[in-house]
Amino acid sequence: MNQRASNLLDEALGLVDEGTNPWTLSGRVLLIEDCVETSAAFLLHHLLKRALSTLSSNVVVFLALSQPFSHYDRVLRKLGCNLAAQKENKRLLFLDMLTSEFPDGGESGLVALYGKIEKVVSALIEENKKSITIIIDDLSLLEVAANGASNHVLDFLHYCHTLTSVFGCTLVALNHEDIYSSMEKPALILHLEYLADILMKTEPLATGLATDVHGQLTVLNKETWDGQGRSRNRIFNFHFRIKENGVEYFSPGSRA
Amino acid sequence: MATSATSKSRTSSFSRNLTAVPLSNMPGLKYGPNGTVFISSGIPDLDKILGGGFALGSLVMVMEDAEAPHHMLLLRNFMSQGLVHKQPLLYASPSKDPKGFLGTLPSPRSCKVDKDKSHDDDPEQEGLRIAWQYKKYFGEHQQTVDNTRDGKHEYCNDFDLRKPLERHFLSGQHIDCVSILHNSDLVALHDRCATFFTQFPRNDGSIASAGRIAIQSFCAPQCEYSNVEWHMLSFIRSLRSMIRSSNAVAVVTFPPSLLLPSVSKRWQHMADTLLSVRAIPDEDKELANLLTGYQDMVGLLNVHKVARFNTQVPVILDATTFSIKLQKRRFLVLECLNQAPIDSASGNSYGTSASCSSSSKTGTHLDF
Repeated sequence: MNQRASNLLDEALGLVDEGTNPWTLSGRVLLIEDCVETSAAFLLHHLLKRALSTLSSNVVVFLALSQPFSHYDRVLRKLGCNLAAQKENKRLLFLDMLTSEFPDGGESGLVALYGKIEKVVSALIEENKKSITIIIDDLSLLEVAANGASNHVLDFLHYCHTLTSVFGCTLVALNHEDIYSSMEKPALILHLEYLADILMKTEPLATGLATDVHGQLTVLNKETWDGQGRSRNRIFNFHFRIKENGVEYFSPGSRA
Repeated sequence: MATSATSKSRTSSFSRNLTAVPLSNMPGLKYGPNGTVFISSGIPDLDKILGGGFALGSLVMVMEDAEAPHHMLLLRNFMSQGLVHKQPLLYASPSKDPKGFLGTLPSPRSCKVDKDKSHDDDPEQEGLRIAWQYKKYFGEHQQTVDNTRDGKHEYCNDFDLRKPLERHFLSGQHIDCVSILHNSDLVALHDRCATFFTQFPRNDGSIASAGRIAIQSFCAPQCEYSNVEWHMLSFIRSLRSMIRSSNAVAVVTFPPSLLLPSVSKRWQHMADTLLSVRAIPDEDKELANLLTGYQDMVGLLNVHKVARFNTQVPVILDATTFSIKLQKRRFLVLECLNQAPIDSASGNSYGTSASCSSSSKTGTHLDF
C-alpha cells in the first residue's frame, strides 16, 4: 500500500529509506507557506499520508480550520490512505475547528486548546507512541478565530514548539505568506520562519499558468547532517504537478 | 409547470460518479465531479468557464472595481437565476431599501428571440474566417449543443438585461432582503444567514433545494461595521464554515481598494471561487490597438481561483481574463481576449498563458 519510491520532495525532507529510519522528522518544525495563486494544501496531504503510513505507533493530531473532515477524507483516499479507518484506530485525532471561536482575544480559548493537545500528547507518550505529528491547517484562520490577537496565536505556537523539544513531536503548520508580505513587522510569520527547521514555499511560475506545471516549490532544510557529522542548510527548488493520486516533482525545465 | 418539488431524486444506493449531468427533476442543479453539485451563475459563459457553475457549499467572492459597477451585473444574473429556479434568496446590501434592487433584476430571454446568429452579426465577417480568431467559431458549436432550449427547464438562462423580471418570480416567501447600512456589528446579519442555512442542511441524502445568498459591497464605508476589520474577517470565516455544511452558495462582492492589503489577502484566501471585475477605460488607444472588439467591451473579468472540493488538483484555465460584453446591449457574454495582429507580434499565439508581450503602460495585467 505504501509507495516506497522516493520522490524529490521526500528526498528534500529527508524522508528517504522508509524501512530503516521511518520518521526522521521527529522534533522538527515544518512551516508551509503559500499564496492565493498557488495553494500548498497538497503538501499537507502528503505529510499527513506519510505520517500515517510509517510504523504503527505514529499518531497525528490534526487541527482543521480550513476544510471539513469529509474533504480530507476524500482527498487522502485517492492518495491511498483511509482517514476514517485511521480515526477509528485512534491514529488520527481530528479536531474540527471550522466553527471554533475564541472570543475575548482568544487567550483563554487558545490556552485551553493547547492544554488539550498537551494532554493528548503526554497520554500518547505514556502509551509508548514514538512519533506524534501535529498539523495545523491553517494559521491565518487561527488568527481570525482569535479575533486578530496574533500575539496569542504566536504564544500558542511557542507552546506547541515546546512539545517538539520535550516530547519529540513534529509540528507542521500552513500559513499564507502573501497576507504578511505587506505588513511591516509581522511577528507571527517571522518567528515561525525562524523557528522552523524546514521551510516549504509554493509559488506560481514566473511565466504564469500552465497545465502541466502547477507551480514551483522551494524547500529549505536547516541542519541536515551529512556523512561527516556536519550540519548545513540545503535549499531545493523544483516544479510540481498535482494529480488526484499524487504529485509529480521534477527539476525545473525537465519532466522526469 | 414549475419544477416538481414533490418528487425526490432517484433513490439509488449506488454512489454516483457522473460528470456535469443535470438532475432531471431539478433543472436548477447539476452534478459535478468529486461529489459536487453545481448551481448556475446565471451567465452561461461563466458557468462554462468555471466547469459547471458555482458549487454548493462554496463561497464566491467578487472583487469590485470602484470605478465601475460591473459586479452588479454578476449579482443580478446570479439572483435572477435563483428566482427563476425558485431557489430561496437572501440578499444583503448597504442600501436603505434593498428590495428596490429586485426591480432591476433581468428576465430570461424569451424563446422567440433568435439566439444562434450571435457571432455573425457583422455580415462582412461571415465569409471571411480569419485564422487567428478561429477559436471563436468553435465555441459557437458547443453552445448550441450544450443547452437544451426548452424554456423554463434550463439549468442556465440567458438573461435579458433590458427586460425586468416578471412579478410572479418576485412574490413568494423565499426572498429575504436585508439592509446592512445601519448595522454597527455583524451579529444580526450572521444570525440571518445562520437561519437561512437551516433550510438547506447538507446530508448524504438527496438535495431538496438549494439556496443563494448575495451580499453586495460588503465592506462599503457607509456601513458602520466596516471599520472593524477583524469582525468582518470573522463574519466571512463564519459564513464560509456554515456554508460548507449546507446546500447553498454565497456570492459576496467587495471593493479591495478599501481594505488593507493584508486584510484583502485574507479575504481572498477564504474565498473558494475568486473573481474580479475591472473597468475598461474609454478610448484607451493602446488597448484598442491591442485587443479586437475593444469598442464593444464593457469591462474585464478575471478568474483568480476556482472552488475545488474533495480534490487537491487545482483548476488551471486556458485563460483567466475575459472581456465582458453586452450582446445587442442586452445579454451578458464573456469572451476570451483576442490579441489583435500587431506588426511586431512575437508569436504570442492565442490561448497561451504567457502574459501579454507588448508592454502595457496602463498596468493592466492581461492574461491571454
